[in-house]
Amino acid sequence: MVETVFEPWADPNADPLISFKNVTKRFGDFVAIDDLTLDIFEREFFALLGPSGCGKTTMMRILAGFENPTLGSMSLSGHDIAGIPPNKRAVNMMFQSYALFPHLSVWENIAFGLRRDGVAKDVLHARVQEMLKLTRLEKFGRRKPHQISGGQRQRVALARSLAKAPKLLLLDEPLGALDKKLRQETQFELMDIQEQTGTTFVIVTHDQEEAMTVASRVAVMDEGRIIQVATPEKIYEAPNSVYVADFIGDVNILTGPVRAVDADTYSLDFGGTEPMTAASDRTFSEGVTAHLAIRPEKIGIHVERPEGPNSVQGKVLDIAYLGNLSTYHVQLPNGQIIKAQTANTRRVSRRVFTWEDPVWVSWSATAGVLLDC
Amino acid sequence: MRRFLLISVPYLWLLTLFLIPFVIVFKIALSDAALAIPPYMPTMKDGLSAMFSQLDFENFIFLTEDDLYWKAYLSSLEIAFISTFLTLLLGYPIAYAMARAPHEWRATLMMLIILPFWTSFLIRVYAWVGILSTEGLLNRFLFWIGAISEPLMILNTSTAVYIGIVYTYIPFMILPIYAALERLDASLIEAAEDLGCSRVKAFWLITIPLSKGGIIAGCFLVFIPALGEFVIPSLLGGSGTLMIGKVLFEEFFSNRDWPVASAVAVILLIILIIPIILFQRNEQRQQEAEG
Repeated sequence: MVETVFEPWADPNADPLISFKNVTKRFGDFVAIDDLTLDIFEREFFALLGPSGCGKTTMMRILAGFENPTLGSMSLSGHDIAGIPPNKRAVNMMFQSYALFPHLSVWENIAFGLRRDGVAKDVLHARVQEMLKLTRLEKFGRRKPHQISGGQRQRVALARSLAKAPKLLLLDEPLGALDKKLRQETQFELMDIQEQTGTTFVIVTHDQEEAMTVASRVAVMDEGRIIQVATPEKIYEAPNSVYVADFIGDVNILTGPVRAVDADTYSLDFGGTEPMTAASDRTFSEGVTAHLAIRPEKIGIHVERPEGPNSVQGKVLDIAYLGNLSTYHVQLPNGQIIKAQTANTRRVSRRVFTWEDPVWVSWSATAGVLLDC
Repeated sequence: MRRFLLISVPYLWLLTLFLIPFVIVFKIALSDAALAIPPYMPTMKDGLSAMFSQLDFENFIFLTEDDLYWKAYLSSLEIAFISTFLTLLLGYPIAYAMARAPHEWRATLMMLIILPFWTSFLIRVYAWVGILSTEGLLNRFLFWIGAISEPLMILNTSTAVYIGIVYTYIPFMILPIYAALERLDASLIEAAEDLGCSRVKAFWLITIPLSKGGIIAGCFLVFIPALGEFVIPSLLGGSGTLMIGKVLFEEFFSNRDWPVASAVAVILLIILIIPIILFQRNEQRQQEAEG
């Protein structure tokens, strides 16, 4: 049986649920969103990722209707929605602070949106019950928000924003207030709920791990612009810039002039004893400065010089023991530090390398990505 | 022992400054007026047993027989109710605007609300006489801009009393409401709008209920002193404005009938205790809800 892969963004005939066209938002002189064009498709779990002040929250507020774009147009299911107030949009938002109404019970909080729509009483009861069940809150319907735990409040906020079955659900740092363990559990819960309800989710986060875990696509933002939009694997394995490579996970960057070896292989002279070879889909002109980005786990660490093209000698400067993994900081003769990561399949006491040991680090020609900026 | 001493301080305070004076007033209320010094009998001079055996509820019965008194009580209640409502009507928007004002302005606005307290209450009420009288500032101003040709008769009417009470007590309305509104998280209003409320609806469903504690506290803080108000009706109100505070003053100083005046005071106190208890209960519930 062939399973169809969910990737509407790859289908040129698919109609996007949300479409931003050259959207710019200014607050006085400050440009929060800079000429942004983006399509988000139905049933997607889309993550907006970036450091604070990158414009991701502004973008979410534009989607919710709390802000209007200064320039450009945006549409929801093909209809232009610029200027439509938040209460007239089929979009709901889960607030970072949860914004639960403290004077209403959990049940009333969830029913709040449905009541505004004048939903019939039995339908309303059934829907609230369904939401309580979905978020495992059946026992807490009569409690007030201050009488439940932080994790439960988070689920009430989610239930409340899902109750009206919006076309689009916005989640502003939904797990920011939870501790790490609860956050990881909740990430999977969110994904389950997204799948069950078939709602399109747009999540704003500064936590790259969270974005990678939950999202079908991730948009990495910086200073009001989108740097890259791709699936988590692509963002990680094939970043389009040093900024993205550096923002997502750990990375080694080797910089220097490149020279073509053959059609899709280049050699890069980063100032070491010998140049490195790297495969690349992109073309670079002769002698131009390029950056080779390699993930630490793709770098091997050896006692003897290994077979193969890219090997450099150095000495172990630091070892970060992470339990399941160890990260070795290896200093090369030119002073650059390379991070290499290995799985700790043996016990630490039987580790081969220790501080100040001379070692060889190596990687294959296809391990890294050659970038021009 | 030390704990007992510490607890006894507030009780001692209440005993000497509240309970003992009240017992004295209550005793006078049960006595009869007399041409003597002090102007009632029996007193301690008649001996302890005679002093107690001659006490009766005559004065309280007298209060129910003369309709001046219950009319004065009712009229005081009415004036206190209406002026509390007017104060709320005027105070809420001011408190709301203050809570919504930019952060750096709020301290200044608060200062402006508190500023009148730096002048004596009596002087401020007298100032209103100068403003509201026939030859006063208001009439001269309206005359000058051509809005009126005949001076408005405001002083010595109920209108002047309402103006006085609202002016005097509005800070007590604004401050608790402001405190409640300032704590209100702006994202709650956004959440309500996001879930389908218009701005007005969000105000009714979220802002008003969440400032309810402040509204109730403000109303009691205005209602309680307004009910027994004496200075404002006697300076700004005319003979038509009947308030129990004024009746009490006249009974005491003009008629020199201390027993009847004391009976009036005791009844007033009983009427006031009800809203004070309700106010305390509201505060307590408020604290429990937050805790």
